[in-house]
Amino acid sequence: MSSLKKLTQKRLFLPVFSMILVMLINVVYDVACGNAPFTFFTITIKNGVLYGRLIDILNRGTEAAILAIGMTLVVSSSAGTDISVGSVMSLYGGMCCMLLAGYGNTNVSNYAVPLIVGIGAGLLTACVCGLFNGFLVAYMNIQPMVATLILWSAGRAIGLLLCNSQIVYVRVPSFQKIGAYVGFMPTPIIIAAICILIASLVLKFTALGTYIQSVGINKKASRIAGFNSAKIILLCYVICGLCAGLAGMVATSRIYSADTNNIGLNMELDAILAVALGGNSLGGGKFNLAGSLIGAYTIQAIDTTLLALGVSTAQSPVFKAIVVILIVVIQSEPAKDFFKKLGKKRAMAKGATQA
Amino acid sequence: MNRLKKFIYILPAAMLCTGCTAVEAPSTESAAPHHEEVQVDESLIVVGFSQVGAESDWRNAHTESIKAALTPENGFYLIFEDAQQKQENQTKAVRNFILQEVDYIVLSPIVESGWDAVLQEAKDAGIPVILDDRLADVDEDLYTCWLGTNAEREGEMAGHWLEEYLEDAGRDQETIHMVTLQGTLGATAQIGRTNGFSKVLKEHKNWEMMEMMEGDFTQAKGQEVMEELLDKYEDIDVVICENDNMAFGAVDAIKPAERTCGPEGEITIISFDAVQAAFDAMIAGDINATFECNPLHGPKLAEILKTLAEGGEVDKISYMEETYFDTTMDLESIRETRAY
Repeated sequence: MSSLKKLTQKRLFLPVFSMILVMLINVVYDVACGNAPFTFFTITIKNGVLYGRLIDILNRGTEAAILAIGMTLVVSSSAGTDISVGSVMSLYGGMCCMLLAGYGNTNVSNYAVPLIVGIGAGLLTACVCGLFNGFLVAYMNIQPMVATLILWSAGRAIGLLLCNSQIVYVRVPSFQKIGAYVGFMPTPIIIAAICILIASLVLKFTALGTYIQSVGINKKASRIAGFNSAKIILLCYVICGLCAGLAGMVATSRIYSADTNNIGLNMELDAILAVALGGNSLGGGKFNLAGSLIGAYTIQAIDTTLLALGVSTAQSPVFKAIVVILIVVIQSEPAKDFFKKLGKKRAMAKGATQA
Repeated sequence: MNRLKKFIYILPAAMLCTGCTAVEAPSTESAAPHHEEVQVDESLIVVGFSQVGAESDWRNAHTESIKAALTPENGFYLIFEDAQQKQENQTKAVRNFILQEVDYIVLSPIVESGWDAVLQEAKDAGIPVILDDRLADVDEDLYTCWLGTNAEREGEMAGHWLEEYLEDAGRDQETIHMVTLQGTLGATAQIGRTNGFSKVLKEHKNWEMMEMMEGDFTQAKGQEVMEELLDKYEDIDVVICENDNMAFGAVDAIKPAERTCGPEGEITIISFDAVQAAFDAMIAGDINATFECNPLHGPKLAEILKTLAEGGEVDKISYMEETYFDTTMDLESIRETRAY
């Protein structure tokens, strides 16, 4: 009993619980369809690559997970959200593909510049976007949503300009590999793993995490305590920009083209939702990166589940919304209090019968 | 700090001033068109064309074709306005055309709704409006005629092509399992292509459409949905993709899943639009056939305008000639001649 209680009081309990709940829907569905109950969880090797729904979730959730890293830091430090990440993803695509294909070309099978130059320039562009956002927020004291609104609308337009309003295809195997497979493993999963590893190592072995939280909790007090609050916020936005660039890299390579109008469309909302689902307050301060990541993969799990259940993509947002509302309500303070009271009542009833 | 404060006061003041000049601006703007009108040769037919934007190869080919057909040599003076995919720009363009007293207005509406007011203005000014490519959801007497592609016929054509293809392969008696990757639900092309193909589907008892899923007309979504369908059904024989981009996504999903596609493979892929990249995919042996959505409206549009100018009658609805391409054709040389 007490160990269960300890478990439920852990901070990650609710995010993990929600994710398991989403997975359970699939088990129920599989049983109802007469399949083996764990069809959803089976991972097989087909054609030399990993294959299965779990792999799908990990693979397709890459963009949201990488974005969630940056978004968590931004939310924590500045108590606001960076809504430009989706546009920055598409801007990465525009920049990278424009350089790789050469301006004006729409369909190439040879690089115009080395791959590393294209990716580097794309990521650099993304960082500059982050720097711009961070400068406006940290030094100009503009509200984060307003500051990032600029690139939210302009990012995609710049991408379109770079690509001459066309979809630029780069049909080179090494470029496609980033969005496909390395050996038997989907490359996006590896990229996500590396990003998560680096982020958690930095947060664990440096004081950066503590700095960010302290700036988020009280900016003035942190400054008086000797932190350069503005610099820390700026850094968070640059990291967020870089994450958007990396997510854009995966999304662009998946379709080996710069579909500027569609890459990263509405991804900023998924990233913000991931942070919220992870049990983080959007009011800044304390954060929990693991929670955000679980949140990101939960969102993908919902998407994949809905696809597996055969819900049409036109209607799936409705179901997604219902599930998200449930998860958020379960995690809210009043709901938590309610469950606590319920538990106490039960304990008292038990005590009474025993007496 | 003080200086900054002063600057903050000055800023609104400056904005106010520019605001004042902006109020006066329209009078100069409305004067400008008259200037332009003088330059035009009296014998030319003046046409104002409001294009959606330049979002795809298809759209660019459409623009180029119309620009090439409505030249002074052919007896036209074309005023071209690119709306950058914004309806308010199109509304503005049409109003400008009315002010400029053009002879005809050609409009490719970006969306179907919200055109009543401005088209009524055109009608009141006595300027005939020709809708091109997409329809507007307005009273029929607000426009003279509509020229566009027939998505339903494209769907039917695809059905008949499949009929013949299966017959040649000797598979016309066995059960054929199919799936469809649909475009954005409600889009003209999606509705037409789905309905057209369904007509042919109904004629064949042995064709089984297992599922139709929406793929948003994008490559990424097409791939995701196709992966899902491959997971669900072991025995897909035919995939209908309602545009080329989704077909590329479907191919990307099929290859890692131990299946093969194209003329040499187990899964037949039929696609629509016939963009350049689709030719590459057919040459590579990934896609079986693609059905054209013809963007070269210029010549037909010129013909309609000439007829109207001579006082003739035109059909309310005119369709473009359309064809298809499959892997039995000499694709390399056809690709050379394609404008988009």
